[in-house]
Amino acid sequence: MSNATSSQILLWVGLPYLALGIFVVGHIWRWRYDQFGWTSRSTQLQERRLLKWGSPIFHYGTFAAIMGHVIGILIPERWTAAIGIPEHVYRWFSATAGTVAAVLILAGVVVLAGRRLFIARVRSTTDAVDYFALVLLLLIILTGIIPTVFVNLLGGGYDYRLTVAPWFRGLFSGNPDVTTIASAPIVYQVHAAASWVIWAVWPFTRLVHAWSYPLWYLWRPYIVYRSRKTAPPIEPGTAGRRWRRIGAGY
Amino acid sequence: MRVMAQMAMVMNLDKCIGCHTCTVTCKQVWTNRVGTEYVYFNNVETKPGIGYPKRYEDQEQWRGGWTLDRKGRLQLKSGSRLRRLLSIFYNPDLPSIDDYGEPWTYNYQHVIEAPLGTPNPSAHSISALTGKDVTVGWGSNWEDDLAGAPERAHLDPNLRDLQERVRMEFEQVFMFYLPRICEHCLNPSCVASCPSGAMYKRAEDGIVLVDQDKCRGWRFCVSGCPYKKVYFNHRTGKAEKCTLCFPRIEAGQPTICAETCVGRLRYLGLILYDADRVLAAAATRDVKDLYEAQLSVFLDPEDPEVQAEAARQGIPADWIEGARRSPTYALAVKHRVALPLHPEYRTLPMVWYIPPLSPVADVVHAAGYDPADPDAVFAAIDAMRIPMEYLANLFTAGDTGVIRRVLRTLAVMRALMRADQLGLPFDDGVISELGTSRTDLMDLYRLLAIAKYDERYVIPAAHAEDAGRLASQHEQLFCSLDGEGGPGMGGLGPHGIRAFRPARRPDEVAESETFRDTDGRLRVNLLAWKGNRDVPLFPSPSNEE
Repeated sequence: MSNATSSQILLWVGLPYLALGIFVVGHIWRWRYDQFGWTSRSTQLQERRLLKWGSPIFHYGTFAAIMGHVIGILIPERWTAAIGIPEHVYRWFSATAGTVAAVLILAGVVVLAGRRLFIARVRSTTDAVDYFALVLLLLIILTGIIPTVFVNLLGGGYDYRLTVAPWFRGLFSGNPDVTTIASAPIVYQVHAAASWVIWAVWPFTRLVHAWSYPLWYLWRPYIVYRSRKTAPPIEPGTAGRRWRRIGAGY
Repeated sequence: MRVMAQMAMVMNLDKCIGCHTCTVTCKQVWTNRVGTEYVYFNNVETKPGIGYPKRYEDQEQWRGGWTLDRKGRLQLKSGSRLRRLLSIFYNPDLPSIDDYGEPWTYNYQHVIEAPLGTPNPSAHSISALTGKDVTVGWGSNWEDDLAGAPERAHLDPNLRDLQERVRMEFEQVFMFYLPRICEHCLNPSCVASCPSGAMYKRAEDGIVLVDQDKCRGWRFCVSGCPYKKVYFNHRTGKAEKCTLCFPRIEAGQPTICAETCVGRLRYLGLILYDADRVLAAAATRDVKDLYEAQLSVFLDPEDPEVQAEAARQGIPADWIEGARRSPTYALAVKHRVALPLHPEYRTLPMVWYIPPLSPVADVVHAAGYDPADPDAVFAAIDAMRIPMEYLANLFTAGDTGVIRRVLRTLAVMRALMRADQLGLPFDDGVISELGTSRTDLMDLYRLLAIAKYDERYVIPAAHAEDAGRLASQHEQLFCSLDGEGGPGMGGLGPHGIRAFRPARRPDEVAESETFRDTDGRLRVNLLAWKGNRDVPLFPSPSNEE
């Protein structure tokens, strides 16, 4: 820590905590004040042929990538070593599984981004914040795929579990090791920084739909009854996102 | 027995002239917004025709509604809950905007701004989705009055078993109008399909609604509804549907579509039913028995036991009284002339239809017979296989026997009234054959022909035990920001009403309980006077300076 420059601390300690703060507070705000805007805003109605392939491939690929990050970043290397998994075996597994996920995500995002940009019906539903999130997402995906495929699968390999992972876990134990992340290759640094930025913008985009995956649907009764009741009071700050004026632009 | 009340509608199809007034007024009230251009909570279809959206009645294609699994248990046609969760990123059964028809408007500005001398400037049709020029090819009433029927009508799913004969007897073409709204089913498959639990059936009046704040736009209600009466607002990304105009119903007024119906063909009234028997009825094995099964779920509002049980379970007395006077109960249960639309979907729909006699009567008339002669009409009913089977596919899952009975009842009622008014002889044998009576037929005639507004719409207003709560809610609007603990005061602003109530200490003196009149006398401000003894309502002369 003592060797870290102030700009490094700003980038690798300040940014993560700021992003986490915005993430938490932003979600509380959005949940309380904009339930009406809380949706994936699906465009399946407008276009279904491309979505049929792009959306499931992208989403299931993302699930695989999330699992990979949990294994690779949250679980320390000494744990896997303790149960007898040597580094080269882990790297082989992570590079292979990661490449599969990378191919799925890349194929999915190419289809999805393509239809969003080139299908007029879909493009007209796209806000500025959607473009912002999309660019961030593309940046994160590309900087995630490059080291997975070209460094760990085809190249000599890089043990990010000794540099990136300890720093990440340190953020949550209150003792982030800035020097390790600062010494990581630039592609990992861009990937990590961009990821923190997307956490910060997450509550303000349609990405919030990720938290609404309705697992409890599996258990709830089929028919829902509710008693008539008066509407809850309108809270300050919610009025602008209600029904929009007829003819208003996007 | 769990007694529940359902606001139900009956439409008399013989009276529908296909004017679309219901559609237009509904559209103006509910869906004249961006995002809902293509949405018609109420639409009028010409039958035979493929409908809106295209071929929505073909559940082998769209997989809406319920079906029975191998063990005879009720299951959504679209498969298990897990299947829906796994296909949440792409709903395989969702119609696209092209099945509804791409919404469009016209570039009227072009007509106005066309330079002088331009021959016949025309307004281009432009897509409401993209703003680009579009060639219009389909819409909610594209098939009006059998338009395009030679190319398309044979695709009508209701013609599936009789396709060959329709083509051969095309000179006997028939048509009628079918106005459709949400069915507000007793066993709504849209509610069961919603993964978010945002859709619900109101316990008081059975109206099926979407909670706009809970909806996450997963779209399964749209595909789950076999009538395709839940729509996706492409602007807000949320589902919307016919609300049965609940704000009007709560106030004791009919829905907009019923209120403005030119033919006065709609009836609204309560039907009491036993919620405990709904599931068993919906799981009836033979689809042709579903009509009778649904009737068996309804409770007789004249039965003292039902009345007592309803009262015990908290249904207000005026609602029970409303159920007794209900025209929908009379048409569906007492006279048995109204039938559910597509009972085979197993949703137990609650908007019922009196099938039209007109296709039959037209043929009788064209053949030179008296359309009021029951013998001629009966013969025609039996001879006209196509409309009979078609109507049966619509209303009784293919059971023509029920359709025949209903149409005969309507024919006999007409003949009886004609004989009555012209002093002609009438053979009561046909009445007893139908298992009805003169009194019942007169009653039915009254209901169908001359029932006034308050007989067609028997709608007990919602019970305003909530009125107090509503009032306090209104109060909080005065200062929602800076109430004690409110967001404006740095607090978290709990949702309780009290937190938003303006702070007023008991010892606080209102700004001016009194004021000086122009003549200098002390007056009491009646708006601010709180009965304070120090400031009497009638100031004595001694108070004056």
